[in-house]
Amino acid sequence: MNRTVLDLWVGIFVAIGIASLMFLALKVGNLSSAHLSETYTLQAKFDNIGGLKVRGPVKSAGVVVGRVAEIGFDPVTYEAVVTMNVDGRYVFPRDTFAGIYTAGLLGEQYVGFDVGGDEAMLKPGDTISKTQSAVVLEKLISQFLFSKASEGQESK
Amino acid sequence: MADPAALLRKLGHSVIDRIWRLGFAARFLFAILRFSGALFRRPQLIAREVYFSGVLSLLIISVSGLFVGLVLGLQGYETLQRYGSTEALGILVALSLVRELGPVVAGLLFASRAGSSITAEIGLMKTTEQLKAMDMMAVNPIARVVAPRFWGGVIAMPLLAALFSAMGVLGGWLIGVVFIGVDEGAFWAQMQAGVDFRYDIVNGVIKSFVFGIAVSLIAVFEGYDSVPTAEGVSRAITRTVVTSALAILALDFVLTSFMFRGTS
Repeated sequence: MNRTVLDLWVGIFVAIGIASLMFLALKVGNLSSAHLSETYTLQAKFDNIGGLKVRGPVKSAGVVVGRVAEIGFDPVTYEAVVTMNVDGRYVFPRDTFAGIYTAGLLGEQYVGFDVGGDEAMLKPGDTISKTQSAVVLEKLISQFLFSKASEGQESK
Repeated sequence: MADPAALLRKLGHSVIDRIWRLGFAARFLFAILRFSGALFRRPQLIAREVYFSGVLSLLIISVSGLFVGLVLGLQGYETLQRYGSTEALGILVALSLVRELGPVVAGLLFASRAGSSITAEIGLMKTTEQLKAMDMMAVNPIARVVAPRFWGGVIAMPLLAALFSAMGVLGGWLIGVVFIGVDEGAFWAQMQAGVDFRYDIVNGVIKSFVFGIAVSLIAVFEGYDSVPTAEGVSRAITRTVVTSALAILALDFVLTSFMFRGTS
């Protein structure tokens, strides 16, 4: 085979391969969008994190502002310690409320920030004191059933 | 009736034979790496092998990628619509292709398309004593014949796997969005939210790279080690395809258990 033709085909092949990788990285993956460059860490303690996972999103007003970096367990207080990497462009007031919510009925769980009105801002490494645990569906149902049962007895 | 000692001897011989072949394959890999230095001065040799194992596999890889994507789209939609979450079709198709099907199926196709022809070529060279002739002319056959084919396969395989995954995602998009009518925005948005570059795509590329090394090594080794007869070469080709397929599937399990531990 002619050398120039062969070089041309190999060039085309490598270009197609790299184009596929770019397609996977930019169009299929999230390299273009949810890329957090400068981050700082915040911590929050929860009684129950439900199904929260490492790398789960941290959202404020529905916008992804960070990712869950680490989930640990505090052996003294028996609470879950969630460490989050938050986008360096955003700072949150000290009385920010961190809760664990579910996206959709069967969706993934995420940490949601409800912003407070404090003048002072959270500094890197701070711990968010006000938290709300994940809603455990079984507890909710059993509470509902118990309240229904007690209502039924009262009306008798 | 054979006595027990003879049977045991037979068993021992076959085990020792296997271990010897494994050790020979490992030494063969080191020999390839040792004689690869000269290739940097003559990249044309590798380019020729990339052409044979990569460019000529483009058609089968892209067509099968497209069909795998089409099937994934259809089957995924069929199952997801029971739960009313057809928007998750994008992430289903993309994750299964990028993490598993892309590297594995592309590797299997590569083994049967390119690996078998490499074995046949080297085996036939051995049968017609071209390798010995090279040795006589002070041309190292490992450096001149084996190493370029090995590196050609190693370079071509990740690119082919990426192409396979990309074509598969396009196939899933074609079925899901164009034919069935899943919302286009949700399809891509869920996919981009769920597929992580470092975690999913880079791990997939690492997998395909490892498969490329395994398949290329098996192909050149079986060719070089083949019995120099017509029957021996045909057996060597069969062994290449079978061993490559087993190696890909076993390595895939090992790599998956290291890469994806279900933390996310």
